[in-house]
Amino acid sequence: MRRVKRFVLSCLICILALPALADIKIQEVTSEGGITAWLVEDHSIPFTAVELRFRGGTSLDMPGKRGAVNLMTGLLEEGAGELQAQDYARALENLAASMGYDADRDTVSISAQFLSENRAEAVELMRMTLQEPRFDQDALDRVRAQVIAGLRSEEKDPNDIANRAFSETVFGDHPYGTSGRGNLDSVAELTRQDIFDAYEAVFARDRLYVGVVGDITPEALGEMLDTLLLDLPAEGGVIPGEASVTLNEGIQIIDYDTPQSVALFGQPGLDREDPRFFAAFILNQILGGGSFDSRLMTEVREKRGLTYGVYSYLVPRDLAAVYMGSFASANEKMAEAVDVVRSEWNRIASEGVTAEELQDAKTYLTGAYPLRFDGNGRIASILAGMQIDGLPLTYVETRNDKVNAVTLDEANAVAAELYDPSRLQFVIVGRPEGISSTQ
Amino acid sequence: MAANGGFRMIRRIACMMATVWGLAHPAYANDTPVTTFTLSNGMDVVVVEDHRAPVVQQMVWYRAGSADEPVGQSGVAHFLEHLLFKATETLEAGELSATVAANGGRDNAFTSYDYTAYFQRIASDRLELVMRMESDRMVNIRLTEGDILTEREVILEERNQRTDSDPRALFREQMNAVQYLNHRYGQPVIGWRHEMETLDLEDALSFYSKYYAPNNAILVISGDVNPDEVKTLAETYYGVIPANPDLPKVRERSAEPPQTAARRVAFEDARVAQPYVQRSYLAPERDSGAQEKAAALYLLSELLGGGSTSYLANALQFDRQVAVYSAAFYSGTSLDDTTFTFLVVPAQDVTLEEAETALDETIAAFLEAGIDEAQLERIKLQLRASEVYERDNVDRIANRYGRALTSGLTVEDIQAWPQILQSVTADEIIAVAQEVLNKETSVTGWMTRAEEVPQ
Repeated sequence: MRRVKRFVLSCLICILALPALADIKIQEVTSEGGITAWLVEDHSIPFTAVELRFRGGTSLDMPGKRGAVNLMTGLLEEGAGELQAQDYARALENLAASMGYDADRDTVSISAQFLSENRAEAVELMRMTLQEPRFDQDALDRVRAQVIAGLRSEEKDPNDIANRAFSETVFGDHPYGTSGRGNLDSVAELTRQDIFDAYEAVFARDRLYVGVVGDITPEALGEMLDTLLLDLPAEGGVIPGEASVTLNEGIQIIDYDTPQSVALFGQPGLDREDPRFFAAFILNQILGGGSFDSRLMTEVREKRGLTYGVYSYLVPRDLAAVYMGSFASANEKMAEAVDVVRSEWNRIASEGVTAEELQDAKTYLTGAYPLRFDGNGRIASILAGMQIDGLPLTYVETRNDKVNAVTLDEANAVAAELYDPSRLQFVIVGRPEGISSTQ
Repeated sequence: MAANGGFRMIRRIACMMATVWGLAHPAYANDTPVTTFTLSNGMDVVVVEDHRAPVVQQMVWYRAGSADEPVGQSGVAHFLEHLLFKATETLEAGELSATVAANGGRDNAFTSYDYTAYFQRIASDRLELVMRMESDRMVNIRLTEGDILTEREVILEERNQRTDSDPRALFREQMNAVQYLNHRYGQPVIGWRHEMETLDLEDALSFYSKYYAPNNAILVISGDVNPDEVKTLAETYYGVIPANPDLPKVRERSAEPPQTAARRVAFEDARVAQPYVQRSYLAPERDSGAQEKAAALYLLSELLGGGSTSYLANALQFDRQVAVYSAAFYSGTSLDDTTFTFLVVPAQDVTLEEAETALDETIAAFLEAGIDEAQLERIKLQLRASEVYERDNVDRIANRYGRALTSGLTVEDIQAWPQILQSVTADEIIAVAQEVLNKETSVTGWMTRAEEVPQ
């Protein structure tokens, strides 16, 4: 086990204050080895949160190996270096450290927290995890059984059934068209070599984003970055191209014996980089963005009691953008709820929003933004996410201005372009009454 | 607006934040300033300071939950929680949430067996605004028949979504109902459907006028505030509300009789994908001034089933490989007797009977072998370190205070708890295990897939 013990100069490119968060300053730190991280230095509590993200995620699965990246990620906590699974877990317990691992369609992330007084040992354990994972066959078989148990549950869960059907309809043969957790057959056949292949595809420096918050200096962070990450390969697996989005007005019903149907709906969305994104973001807040007083909540829940909750959300993924929503309603109420959602989709497309709604949404979104920066782990995650989205370090300063800059005319022009009832598709799982599939 | 059904999903127990060898830093606990006082009308106030960001959370906790409901009205505590978002004398229906949102904040509420709580999280210079609205709805709601009819549909949809659509939730509901012979913990927080369907305006208002009063409430403020400023505001908005002189002196709870028969639950549902076995035992909760037994039970649950280094995981998942998942749960913060629970998800081709036998054999072997002192020390070290990490999230500290204070504990009990956990010995853990893991108070449940019925 090699330890890098060099003193590393770090260059501070920029320091910015968050709006309304005078004490939080984001620095960009580049290590001697050339690895960049965003840091919020805060010595008030003696621990540090680290967020590492690798772009690519489960979309890096090779053909026929669906679920490999997910299973590989689950195996990261099952031993590294000389330590087998339980010894590794005990070492982590002894080291005042926690590590979380997650894989989604676009990224694999590692979220770590460790106390300052044994940072060196915790970083060494992280280094082993990243650079010397064991992927022992017995651990592989044990975690595979857990994944398969989860997949079996998904087969019977109306929400998962709806998600899988929706993805397949929208994205077809693209990796986005299937679940990153794989299926019973593909996961059963994954070999130890497949796990190593997935590991090599995922972990590389050309797709790495780092956020760090807490009790660490830029110098110490520079050293940590080189220790942890410099020996990773320069390049990883090829990330697939963009997915085409197929969505057309209609309803697909999947029969399932349950008292309450689950509905997913969606139409094509827009990219994070689209100049209309901020207008769309505000429009969605008004339509179904999660407040109790959104149009959808008001019409479907508060006035008619048709659901416990209804939401809509922009989903700008790396390789495709959709605009989605979801709710659940008793089988006898589903038809009416679908009608109400459709009519709200038509209304916002044809009438746009009012000046008052726009102002309320702006006040909410700009007021809520600083409230996100609460806690070292949360902030580290936000810092990594901002880099993945290609946002500049200045974004935290300008973001609320961009929200406020959207005028009513702009918002309503975007509403007329964006909302497209002729491409609004529903997938419903259950036994809804008075409604049937259109295909 | 949620019914916290008290029970826990199948999940890995939250990874305990770990620790340092030989760490002895009781000072950690004191680094987060907690201030408490009581208003003249009897309302308790807790302030947890964190000045790193200009954010505040206000919570008002009522010592009233589903276990305080009248017989025949299961779900009324949670129903009322929903109705508190309707109109008051000065606020339109929905105006409180809309005002919080228009100020960039968010708000919600939750109900459990022993409490109902309401909260807002907002920029710290808006504390007065949310205090004014929260104090208003403590005594001034104005409900209409229309509110009742629509909101009752909403809570029925919530039950559909949380319980009726999820066989695991239905199984837990049945297990709980069988565990308690006489206590209201046996009724689901969200309510039984047939009783929810009949809840009316009078039921809601009767619960409201009985329990919603300052002398039955705790105000918990966390974030960027100073206690003097909170005190002034609290006196202005809450201090002027008269105490309810008719508030019951003691929580009206029907006690459990001695439990003398091991019970079994066989739950079948066509939607079950992954069968599992669950075993619960009636267990003592944290009592004010006497938390030692609960502390020992908590450490027992961690030793037996607190993650991949635990005794159950080692025996069932690593050694014998008869389970894909195993865990033990114990939550001692409860007004009355709680449960100690095991869960085993068998490996493929292992029957529930075999899994249950393996569980019993493993518990017996654990008691026979005695406590692994190194493991016990690791768990205690993790608990000490968790106090450092907890300072990063004062809302969690606020939540801990709210739950404990509505569950019969005092501020002194809450502050003594970490030290009590540290002082538990191996012998005490074995003793409490032998006392509590006792067949006569147990319920064993099998959740299986219903056979397809030929059409």
